[in-house]
Amino acid sequence: MSNRIPPFAFVRDLATRWDAIAVVIVIGLVAFLGTASHGLLAPLSKLQATPLSLDPVHLPEYAARTTLRMFAALGLSLIFTLTYATWAAKSPRAGKLLIPILDILQSVPILGFISITVAFFMSLVPGRVLGAELAAIFAIFTSQAWNMAFSFYQSLRTVPAELTEAAKSFHLSSWMRFWQLEVPFGMPALIWNMMMSMSGGWFFVVASESISVGHTSVTLPGIGSYIALAIAERNLTAIGWAILTMLIVILLYDQLLFRPLVAWADRLRVEQDPGGRVPRSWALTVIQRSRLTSAVANAFYSAVRWISWTAPVVSKRPHRTASTSRRTDWLWTALVAALVMFAMWQMLRGLIVATTLTEVGTTVKLALLTMLRVFLLISIASMVWVPIGVWVGLRPRAREIVQPIAQFLAAFPANLLFPLAVYGIVAWRLNPDVWLSPLMILGTQWYILFNVIAGATGIPGELRYAAQNLNVTGWLWWRRVALPAVIPYYVTGAITASGGSWNAAIVAELVTWGNTEVKAHGLGAYIAEATAAGDFHRIVLGIATMSVFVVAINRFFWRPLYYYAERKFRIG
Amino acid sequence: MNNTALLEVRDVRKTFPKADGGELLVLADVNLRVNEGEIVGLLGRSGSGKSTLLRVIAGLANSSAGSCNYLGKLVTGPAHGIAMVFQSFAIFPWLTVFENVALGLEAQRLPKDEIRRRSLEAIDLIGLDGFESAYPRELSGGMRQRVGFARALVVHPTILLMDEPFSALDVLTAETLRTDFLDLWSEGRMPIKGVVLVTHNIEEAVLMCDRILVFGSNPGRILSEIPVTLPQPRNRLDPSFRALVERIYVEMTTKMAASGAAPRNENFPGLGIGSVLPRVSSNLLSGLMETVAVPPFNGVADLPKLAHDLQMEIDDLFPVAETLQMMRLAEVAGGDIKLTDVGLAFANAALDERKRIFARQLLNYVPLAAHIRRVLDERPTHVARKSRFLDELEDFMANEAAEQTLRAIVSWARYAEAFAYDDENASFSLENPS
Repeated sequence: MSNRIPPFAFVRDLATRWDAIAVVIVIGLVAFLGTASHGLLAPLSKLQATPLSLDPVHLPEYAARTTLRMFAALGLSLIFTLTYATWAAKSPRAGKLLIPILDILQSVPILGFISITVAFFMSLVPGRVLGAELAAIFAIFTSQAWNMAFSFYQSLRTVPAELTEAAKSFHLSSWMRFWQLEVPFGMPALIWNMMMSMSGGWFFVVASESISVGHTSVTLPGIGSYIALAIAERNLTAIGWAILTMLIVILLYDQLLFRPLVAWADRLRVEQDPGGRVPRSWALTVIQRSRLTSAVANAFYSAVRWISWTAPVVSKRPHRTASTSRRTDWLWTALVAALVMFAMWQMLRGLIVATTLTEVGTTVKLALLTMLRVFLLISIASMVWVPIGVWVGLRPRAREIVQPIAQFLAAFPANLLFPLAVYGIVAWRLNPDVWLSPLMILGTQWYILFNVIAGATGIPGELRYAAQNLNVTGWLWWRRVALPAVIPYYVTGAITASGGSWNAAIVAELVTWGNTEVKAHGLGAYIAEATAAGDFHRIVLGIATMSVFVVAINRFFWRPLYYYAERKFRIG
Repeated sequence: MNNTALLEVRDVRKTFPKADGGELLVLADVNLRVNEGEIVGLLGRSGSGKSTLLRVIAGLANSSAGSCNYLGKLVTGPAHGIAMVFQSFAIFPWLTVFENVALGLEAQRLPKDEIRRRSLEAIDLIGLDGFESAYPRELSGGMRQRVGFARALVVHPTILLMDEPFSALDVLTAETLRTDFLDLWSEGRMPIKGVVLVTHNIEEAVLMCDRILVFGSNPGRILSEIPVTLPQPRNRLDPSFRALVERIYVEMTTKMAASGAAPRNENFPGLGIGSVLPRVSSNLLSGLMETVAVPPFNGVADLPKLAHDLQMEIDDLFPVAETLQMMRLAEVAGGDIKLTDVGLAFANAALDERKRIFARQLLNYVPLAAHIRRVLDERPTHVARKSRFLDELEDFMANEAAEQTLRAIVSWARYAEAFAYDDENASFSLENPS
């Protein structure tokens, strides 16, 4: 008796209507991918020959192209996460270097990447649209990947020891352990970070689709370019259409992709107490009831198993002796040293030689201005959102209404509203140094609100009753009960908001509306101007300064504050 | 029962590197043999290295010296034929009961129908039928541990390693699972030929094992080997059962007395500072002294009876008894705890007097407390940072143990009002906050 599956066994039960539906879906998908990508290898001149149109009829197509770019970037980010974070977590030697690199990359202003990488990608596929597409996707990727990688790294480091031991003692290969234990364990946090990344990505779509660095200027068809064109032509109606389209797109992928993912990932949670509300999703219900998806899932699972069976078994590796370990240590040190030397040489050649001290002084002064702005704005936003967040968090009804709205606002690219601000500043002759500032925090303040709501929700009922029982009210209640309870959460939110605001400075400190240009003094405007002029030395200098500032603020202000809050105020 | 050795552990040592470059010995020259048809118990307090030994046997950890042979072959990694059941169950929350059980067989690349047949068999054997498609979070603790057992048995192991498998369960559930396991074992319905059970529960060890190895701490080592010849099924109330439990208590407390703290020696100020102190609250200490002082005990209590009356496991009771002994508030020997005159005085005193007695005993007999007090007295500011003492302690013990020891000292010193500790800036001082 053989276990061989006879060929064409599946023909025996005649085609069902599900098969027909499946065929239609697959062909439709292929066709969509085809049309969306058919222009990839077209010469750039063709792209310039068919200019963008502000007619809203084209918006669905533009939106589809943009979304495709975003998902391509998300896919890249996922691959990056699964490899980079795994490498960092599995090899202590590499981790020592990779994690700080990730931390710095996270602090480098994302928009800075675009100007630097465009030239590279364009030269990779000279004269083709593909190069520009790659540059755009890479730009979006840089706004999505870091926090995902961090989240997965954290998960890998916190897999319960007994689960790992169980997997090892039942002889799961490291490949199987990865897919059966480590990936599922990290999935809930990773999905949450993917949602954050998508929101972050939208913010930069406008900047990444309509790329102009000095003399190079490429406009890829997409919703970002549409908005850029509308701004250039001062077309408020078109901006309105774009906002509406974004609303619909965000709603669609939220309902069709992220809600089902969150609901599905809920079962991967390790805390095993059936408590709290189970996330639900209508789309997940539909997906789970169709045979097609279960077939896909099974196929994926079989593939993992098949690879793990055919992959060479390396688990019987002999224990490393001290001498080989020392040799690898030496090699690794040499490699890192070589890398550092190369980077130093590059810096010397590209940055330090061409930079004067006065130029450095200017950027530092501008960075201090931007820092002042960020801190002021965070304080103002805190004064507004902390009381509101606590109020909402303690009322389940209000929370049900506010939470999704805040989530949506955080996902909405705030830079769409910038033209309105320019309009107002010009019309009333306001001081841009003051009135452009709020734009920096427009999109990031919501993180403060979310986290405070979450913190207030987490205050144990008994603590609140005890306070009531002792008649603790008014300012005393805020000082002794509410504020200490939400501080750890607030700090988490403020860190995210602060990081986002630094990034947003590049688009918020220099805003255009047609020919009108409104500019505030700050490092963001400096980088934006340098980008527009194609001045690589100043771009790199500006980005380096901003990175140093962000890293320093994180290390010397936020991180100590975070640990202090964790230690002192964490409940339980 | 024949005398084939399933498992042979010879002179196993395990050390961990310390921060200062030295080595911390957690397991010293352990020898162990598991014969066919035997349940061997490793009995000891937490931190005695018994779980570490189990992981060495399972091939999950390397030993620093010595060897571990399974069926005559050296164990260098997880061996086929050795399966393990974990304290926290360690079942995968995203897999159903069936998928959890089948996982070990999938790793062996068996054909699908065989995986299915054997998984269902194991599920059936362990009393989980009907739960195949349930997710772990839908199950009670007892059912989750049954999944742990089914998953271990499905790979048809020769040796089953159990790491405190019942300690995370409530008393009744634990007893049901023990009985079910012993039934399956005595009826020979499981493929396993030998069992190693790690436990800190004396009665559990006597109930289940054929041989008990009593472990001591610092470093972890085997203190004695006690064969259990009572016929199965065993009855906890049977006088010979009680006698054996009593004997193990005596065994463990004699060793405790032998390793008890020496009185403070002025000529050697550092002596004794290096012992790890358990975190026992002053409430527990006073509570135990009060209980022992009054009838029916009248100052002397039988430890097994005390443990039973107070529903305390040895992991809870022994640290309290040891601390009392260290402070000369009680004497522990021969399975009994006897209050000293000072201990009796303490039990009968009011709060302020109690604090005075406690402070005296603490500063006289706990070298670390005396040391901290002396440093504070000598300094003009009467303030000393915690890190100063932490560094000293870390010459003797691991980082966490040093932290725990200092936390214990802080809580006792606060009760005794011997010196104060400010967590905000991590420093000791002589002033009490007004």
